[in-house]
Amino acid sequence: MLKLALPKGRLQPATGAYLEKAGWGLTDYELGSRSYRPTANFPGAEVKVFQEKDIPVQVAIGNYDLGVCGTDWVEELLARYPQSPLVKVKELGYGQGHLYLASSRLSPWGSVADLRGNGTPLRLAGEYPHLAGRAAMRLRLKRFRVYPLWGAVEVYPPESADLVTAHAASPTQLEERGLVPLLPLCLTTACLIANQDSWQDKGMAGAISSLLATPPQGDAAPEPPAVSLDWLSRFDGDWLRLALPDGHQKEPAVDFLRRAGLEVVGYASGKGRPDMGVEGLAAKVIRPQDMPLQVACGNFDLAITGQDWLRDHLYQFPSSPVEPLLELGFGWVRVVAVVSGQVPVSSPAELRGLLEKGQMTGLRVATEYVNIADRFARDHHLGRYRIIPTWGATEAFLPEDADLLIENTQTGQTLARHGLKIIDVLFESTACVIGSRDIAPQLREQRDALLQRLAGAVG
Amino acid sequence: MDKCRGMRDLLPQDMRQFRYVEDLFRERCLQWGYQEIRTPLLEYLHLFTAAGTLTPDMLNRVYSFLDWDGWSGERVVLRPDSTIPAARLFITELAQRPTARLFYVQSVLSFEATGTESRERWQAGVEVMGGRPPQAEVELVALAREMLEALGLKPEVRLGHMGLLRSLLEEVGVKEEEEVDRLTAQEGLLWERLRDSRPELGEALSLARLGGRSPGFLENLGSVLLPHLPGLRPTLEEFSAIAGLLTSVGCPYTVDLGLGRGFEYYTGVVFQFYCGEVRVGGGGRYDNLIPLLGGKALPATGFAIYLDRVMALTATPTTSLPVQVQAAEGCWPRAFSLAGELRAQGFAAELATGGPAGGPGPPGASVMVEDGPIFVLSGRGRFTSAAELVRALREGGDAEVSPA
Repeated sequence: MLKLALPKGRLQPATGAYLEKAGWGLTDYELGSRSYRPTANFPGAEVKVFQEKDIPVQVAIGNYDLGVCGTDWVEELLARYPQSPLVKVKELGYGQGHLYLASSRLSPWGSVADLRGNGTPLRLAGEYPHLAGRAAMRLRLKRFRVYPLWGAVEVYPPESADLVTAHAASPTQLEERGLVPLLPLCLTTACLIANQDSWQDKGMAGAISSLLATPPQGDAAPEPPAVSLDWLSRFDGDWLRLALPDGHQKEPAVDFLRRAGLEVVGYASGKGRPDMGVEGLAAKVIRPQDMPLQVACGNFDLAITGQDWLRDHLYQFPSSPVEPLLELGFGWVRVVAVVSGQVPVSSPAELRGLLEKGQMTGLRVATEYVNIADRFARDHHLGRYRIIPTWGATEAFLPEDADLLIENTQTGQTLARHGLKIIDVLFESTACVIGSRDIAPQLREQRDALLQRLAGAVG
Repeated sequence: MDKCRGMRDLLPQDMRQFRYVEDLFRERCLQWGYQEIRTPLLEYLHLFTAAGTLTPDMLNRVYSFLDWDGWSGERVVLRPDSTIPAARLFITELAQRPTARLFYVQSVLSFEATGTESRERWQAGVEVMGGRPPQAEVELVALAREMLEALGLKPEVRLGHMGLLRSLLEEVGVKEEEEVDRLTAQEGLLWERLRDSRPELGEALSLARLGGRSPGFLENLGSVLLPHLPGLRPTLEEFSAIAGLLTSVGCPYTVDLGLGRGFEYYTGVVFQFYCGEVRVGGGGRYDNLIPLLGGKALPATGFAIYLDRVMALTATPTTSLPVQVQAAEGCWPRAFSLAGELRAQGFAAELATGGPAGGPGPPGASVMVEDGPIFVLSGRGRFTSAAELVRALREGGDAEVSPA
């Protein structure tokens, strides 16, 4: 049995085309497919689809023999865990670009040399926190802070971050997004990677030869440049700074704000910096996952996020100044503990019993909520466990790549469709407005007025 | 059940040895007028990231993470070095003092990839904040030698000069610390680079590479180097003064100009202590560190002894075993009281409440408390009073605990 991990998203179409040419004849591996287990016309191969960022981790821990992902994610893993047993087998020629350390075109930093002399801590944000931290140390930045992000990187600088890690096919593409490349961190290209033990111990020559026989292919079309940012909107300390959610929460948030009499121009159409239409109130659209940390460190005064993400943040940082200010009622989910339907337990206590009897060892917990999952495992004395952070599509991890999920669900139908069962409901979560106890005194009155206005719209 | 990879347990015999070395180190430091400190295990990462502190290679091996209140995004680090925290402590806690002589015994942590060597290493270090050359260097070298010799070792002292090395490398355009580190990491690389860049220095470099054992060597070197590199004069003169004073106080050494690898904060003379092929300690002058961390301009120098390596080279000290006190049925109250009496008399006494503890070497004396009152000292007779028993133990020459 040969196990291959393939990426969802950005690299998916080109990877599908590449494998097609290699004669693997994949079915159910097109963009938008809801299957995580495409079938491959290659004897003995088992294929599974992951978020691209999960693939180096899955291959390094030995769940998969081979994987396809961008070299940027491999480098990010190696920046944190240089001993990871991963080998790069072949660059596949598509998905090419660079990962850059970049600043805003409105930032005072024009070059790397400018950064070194900076006295105050520099804020580095992005989806590659370990590469960013390593670059900061190599640059000998005297003092720096790293904010890991789930996405929406380009709306952060210059006000919410000094530097970001950003991926682009070319410096021009980065500039079109309002960013100035200061330092290339690594070359990125789609790459076939292998687990080192599999490489050393397992005969995979048939699969590898068939993949290597396909000539590297260039990108069919360059990535479309992102929409240019509007630099007219104000976002500074004198204005109240609001973070609005993108993703699933965007639509209900638009409706809710409308009920509160706030017609946010450009929010629904995907602007990173929509216009609130109110003097003294500025907004950016970022990921709900990133909001508690961003409010804690003072980059935003208010944010519309979920109680789940607030709780995950507070479990990691109990002394954080972030607090819930208003429950909004929409975006209801349950955060649940989930096992495969095959596992004969119906509660955390029974799961613990299974572990204590040695009928299950080395519990693997896959989750987007790393800190909630960690606390759950501690509180239930689940013995020796490992948390596997994921970046979505977590339900695909059971049963072969994890034993337990901490996941959110509304109806439970997706979980049931994957043959999974809920063994505990940790808590219920809805959207909420969060803020910081440490808000600037001159903004407090304005914040309270806005909260009052929002409270009136809670249905 | 296994322990964390790269971590080391210190067993009872290791701790006996550890305390033996540590006690001797502490005693000598106190005699020389140093005061003991201990810095926290956690420090902010930014203390170590500025240029002039740790090299990027060392920074890539620190244990850093976000603390429970790390929402600001700034990481903390498990102490990777002791000199920088000692300088921080001096600035934050002792800034009113013009100078300070400090010592510590604590561990430092850094990642080591194979997991076969310990990632936690113990150091016994001293720092002289405000010490000037040549006296401070000579004091430190003499102190380190005295300690190592008291442990029965024959230390060899090697001297280099980080300022001289940097000046030489700057002459050939090498300024980046990573490059300095790379060139000094491997014997020969540094000289090759210098010779390639400045062929006219060829013979002088060959002579420099020979090393020396006296201030005369440094003066000889000056005579061939200074015509080409007049900027080296103050550094060479400082180095000669230190070497001269060491010779005057009867301390042998070798000069190795390639020495100086390790820490970016060294600015002047660096020294290393060897026992055979094993480097058991090292240190040097770091005049820029205190101002770099935000303190006043103050010269400073220090060294650390690597305890794990020294422990492996020194003989295990003999220690007395405790007297084991056992009791017949109903005699335990008197056993407790006898054990107390023995301790008051300077013996270690162990109540055999769960059977003997066991351990390496022959067992110590054993007393059975019986009705009567009778104390049976195994193999040596029966006594009717604790005083008689104590006398017999003393005469037997065993088991007396002498804490000093």
